[in-house]
Order: sequence, then C-alpha cells, then structure tokens
Amino acid sequence: MWKFIHKLASPPHFYGLAAKIIPWFFLPGLILIFYGLYGGLLLAPPDYQQGDAFRIIYVHVPSAYLSLMAYSIMAISAGIGLIWRLKLAHAVAAAAAPIGAWFTFLALATGSIWGRPMWGTWWEWGDPRLTSELVMLFLYFGYMALRGAIDDTAKADRASAVLALVGAVNVPIIHFSVEWWSSLHQGPTLMKKGGPAMDAAMLYPLLAMILGFTLIFGALLLRRVRTEVLYRERRTRWVRHLVLSSAVEKK
Amino acid sequence: MTDNQPEMPGLGRGMMAVAKRDLFLAWKRPGDVLNPLFFFAMVATLFPLAVGPSAEQLEFSGPGVLWVAALLAMLLSLNSLFVSDFEDGSLEQMLVSPVPLAALSLGKTIAHWLTSGLPLVIVAPILGMTFRMPASVMGVLMLTLLLGTISLSLLGSIGAALTVGLHRGTALLSLLILPLAMPLLIFGARTVSLAAAGDVVAGGLYFLAAYAVLIVSLAPFAIAAALRISNE
Amino acid sequence: MTAKLTADSLTLFRGERCLFENLSFALNPGELLLLEGCNGSGKTSLIRAIAGLIELETGEIYWDEQPVRRQRQVFNNELVWMAHRVGFKADLSLVENLRFESALRRDSRHDLDDILTRLNINRLKRLPVRSLSAGQQRRVALARMLMSAATLWMMDEPVTNLDREGRSLVMTLVSEHLARGGMVIMAAHQDIQIDFPVHTIQLQ
Repeated sequence: MWKFIHKLASPPHFYGLAAKIIPWFFLPGLILIFYGLYGGLLLAPPDYQQGDAFRIIYVHVPSAYLSLMAYSIMAISAGIGLIWRLKLAHAVAAAAAPIGAWFTFLALATGSIWGRPMWGTWWEWGDPRLTSELVMLFLYFGYMALRGAIDDTAKADRASAVLALVGAVNVPIIHFSVEWWSSLHQGPTLMKKGGPAMDAAMLYPLLAMILGFTLIFGALLLRRVRTEVLYRERRTRWVRHLVLSSAVEKK
Repeated sequence: MTDNQPEMPGLGRGMMAVAKRDLFLAWKRPGDVLNPLFFFAMVATLFPLAVGPSAEQLEFSGPGVLWVAALLAMLLSLNSLFVSDFEDGSLEQMLVSPVPLAALSLGKTIAHWLTSGLPLVIVAPILGMTFRMPASVMGVLMLTLLLGTISLSLLGSIGAALTVGLHRGTALLSLLILPLAMPLLIFGARTVSLAAAGDVVAGGLYFLAAYAVLIVSLAPFAIAAALRISNE
Repeated sequence: MTAKLTADSLTLFRGERCLFENLSFALNPGELLLLEGCNGSGKTSLIRAIAGLIELETGEIYWDEQPVRRQRQVFNNELVWMAHRVGFKADLSLVENLRFESALRRDSRHDLDDILTRLNINRLKRLPVRSLSAGQQRRVALARMLMSAATLWMMDEPVTNLDREGRSLVMTLVSEHLARGGMVIMAAHQDIQIDFPVHTIQLQ
C-alpha cells in the first residue's frame, strides 16, 4: 500500500499521470456546465419571489461550495505533507490556494450582485454567509501572503501548512460565530429536511453546475500541481530530460 | 555521566522558568508592557473624537470599540514576542532542550498574557466608564476580555511564531491573525452589548470559555511546530 | 551499526545548491567529529542538521540505534549546543542566564562558582550579559557546556572571538570531556590539535 502511494506520489509519475487525467475532468465538466447554464438560464422558470435574479445561484452556489472544498483540500494535503513529509502533498496545497481564493472571490461577487436587487444594497453586513465568505477570502490571503514572504520553498511549505491547519480548526468556528452574530439571510435551500425544496427544473441544472464546477476545479488543480511540480523539481534529471526532449521535438 | 536512565528536566519546571524569565525581562523594560496599554487607551479615545460625543452613540458602540481596541493592542504586543529570542539565539537553546518545546512555548504565552492581556482587562472598566457603560456591565466586560485575551495570546503566538524572522512580519502577522480572531471579537463584543441591554449573556461566555479551553490545549503544539520551522 | 551516534546518507539542499549528499558517519564515546571546510561550505548547516535544527532532505540520524526524529527529547537530553549566537538575554546577568538555562537541561551538579572561576569570568557574574565582550560571552557559553551533564557537545566555531588563552582552554575542556567518555562534534575552519581519535569530514 505504502509503496503504491509513494509510486503514485513520485513527481515524474504524477506529472505523466495528471496529464492523462486532466481531459477526463475537463471535458465532462465543460459539458455539465453547458447543460447547467442552458437549463438554469433558459429552461428553468423564474422564481415566484425573486424573479430572474435567483438565476445567479447557478454560479454563486457552486463557487461558495468550492471555496470551502478548496480550503479543505489545501488543509488536508498540508497536513499530509507535514506529517508524512510527502512533497507532492505540499505542491497540492500550494496549488489549491489561489484557485480557492478565486472561487471565494467569485462567490462574494455573485452574492453581492444578487444582493443588489434583493436587499437594495451591494453589501449587506447582516448576511452571515457573505460575511463568512469574506473572512474565508482573508484566510486565503493570509495563507498566500505567508507563502510569499518565505523564500525557501520547503520552509514555506511547512510554515503555511501549520497555518492551514490552524485555519481549518477555525473555519467551522468562524461560520458558527457569524451565524450566531446575525440571522437575516434566507435559510439553506438545498438541504432542507425531507428533500430539497426546489422545483426539479431549477434543481437539476444547479446540481449539474455544482458537479461541473467541481470537475473543472479538479482539472485546474491538477494543471497547477503539474506546473508546481515542474518548478519544484527543476534541478532534477527527469525535468531536464523532459525540457530538452520537448525542445528537440519543436525543432 | 552515562547512566542507563538519565533523568530529564521537569516539564513544569521548564515552563515556569521561561515564564519567570520573561516576566523578569518585562520588569526590566516596563515600556514594552505600557506601550500596548497606552495604545489601547488611545484607540478607545480616538473613537468618540471621530463620531462625536452623543451619549446614545457612545453607549451603543462602547463594547465594540473596546473590543476592537483590545484586539489591536494585543496584536501590537505580539509582534515582538519571539523576536529577541530569535535574534540572540536563546530560541535555539529552547529548541535543543529536552523539555518539550510546546511546554516552553506555553510558558512564554503565560508571561505574555500576564504582561499584555491582564493589564487590558484591568484598565478596561475605566475606559468603559467613558463610554457610559453601567457598572453592572463591567463584570461581563472584564470576564469577556479575560477569556478573550487568553485566547488571543495563544492564537497570536502561533502567528508570531510563524512570522518571526521574516522582513514583513508586522503587516503579515495582522493578516494571519485577524481573520482567525473574528469569532472572539464577535462573541466578546456581542456579549457585552447583550449585557448592556439586560439580556442573557451565559451563551457568549460559554463560547469564549470553550474557545479558550480548545486553544490552550492545541495552540502550544502549533506554536512549537511554527518555531521549529521559523528558526531553520 | 553499533556506534553511539550514526548518520546515514544525509542530504541537504539550500535553495538551488546541494550542500552535501549521501553523507554518513559514526561516532563513539571519547571521539571527536570535526567538520572542516571554508566559509559557505555547509559546516554550520550540517551541524545544525545533526542538532535537529534543520530538516534534512533525506537521511536519518541514529542515537543508540534509534532514529533521533522519533526520540527528540531523549536525544536533546544528551546534547548541549553552542552556536554563533550565544543564546543569552542581554538584560540579564550571567548568573541569571545560567540559572534559567539549568531548568532547560540536565544538570551536572557542578558548583557554578568553580566553573566560572575556571573560565576566568567569576568576577563578571553580576553584570548584564550586554556589557560583556564577545569573547567573554563565548566563555559564558562554555560555562553552559560545563554545567550540563550531556554526553554530546556540539560546537559551531567555538574558538571565534576567543584570545589565545581562551582557544587553548577550549581544547583543554574538550579533551577533558572526551576523557570522561563524552563526544564532541565541532565545526571549525582552524586546525584543531588534540590527542583523541578525530574523524574529519571535509566539506567543499
């Protein structure tokens, strides 16, 4: 088992494998997003309260979900890297942070745009989920800033891993405290008791969007990890070999 | 000298030695203790000057302002927590000590709280009076700050340990710690507001106490890990 | 693998540069390990890595045939460390510093006054460390070694800033420690003359 993991996590092996996997994430993800957009923006009926404004959830909900998902991936791989000294895990954590920050930003932006017709303001402090997202964005910024401030990659990996783990313990507490702080927002729509309280014509495109976004996220993550691995392994023989052979091919 | 079972120095003794040494150093340099305290009073003074002296407004915003000021004052004092140990090499001596680094880190945090957190708790009621806080609320204010500053000392020490030796330490420390400290601010300030409105405050106090327990048990290990990494 | 301290294929990179690769050595009681090399050759990095202050890229260090990583406390209990930065609080006096340190380390139960007299710093003991010269501070660091009951002395450039008498004192103390069955790892760029088994690692 350990041998298998170590082989899988060996940089050259991963580099080749990831290249083969990426299309399998990317293409289905793209198809799902096309379906989701078509179904969500054209087929689904307008909401009886919110009108067409509700349609922004097709971007907002997947982004918000992925901002948490990316943080979890970041923290888990940081922990793995710290405990088992697996270099690939650190590369995954480093690659996940900027993508997570982008999805968090997207969730914030779409939430704010949605808030404009709903609350009549671009920013509503009373909304706990927007506020949590904002704190989440700060957490990502802190993580990336710490990484950027340390020159040595190995040291940056481990320092930021400690921060990611401390953050991971705090994320649920932050969410809980922000919920407690204010309760103005509409309740969770997707996960109500006794099944989702949403029309199927609205729901299926949303589920497709969530899955599609996740697949695209996977493809982006793998791509970034590949780049990260290539950069980190630049002094090794296999990278030199790879770069030289691709240069020959171009000629 | 090479016994089969060489005894190790005690964990509690090492922790107390570090705490005592840092308290003694603070005694020799009282400015390091007083500066954050002045800062606390100063920020709390700036606010009425900025928004005007209306009694209603001051009463309303008092808990929040005092809590934000306390949070910033703690942050200010945390900046230098490990810097001198790092620079003179005594941190390195702690790293190679048989006493677990987590225990020594806890010793440092205890000293930090006694010199930076506790004074804020004691001075807070005086500033509270200037915000027209009723005497009945003072107890809750002090209790929330007591629990909150303990947590902030520990949480901030993690950030201070991660940023020691980095050039952009100051701004970075705030960026790392402030988002993590938000639950403390929310519960601390809100609980005082609730007390001022005559509401039940037990929930908020329980949260702050639970948070303090959680962080007392986890933070020393994070601080130790961070110090090891930063000293490389 | 029967030596007290063994290192097995240590490798360390600093940024782009490989400081040492697949470095192995063994050390027994009564022996001195000398790390030689010019400035920037990685002496300090190597000795810091052995002390556990730097994480190695690969390789393992064993104490009593157990990996040091898994018994850090036990290993640290056998170790006393002397670095470039002496590790004393400038505001505290020499005695206050050493008293504090004795809580962090296994004590040899030697009389502090005897040690300070031997090192010729007893008259300075009430002064804050900041008022001592660099050479005098080095002597206080030597007092730390003598106060500890540790087997393994690790010294990074121990004779820096010391006068001729101080340098020969270091050699005498090291010899005495080896004669007691102690072990010494020393990084130095000067020649070291000593009548004990010396292993030398030359770093480029």
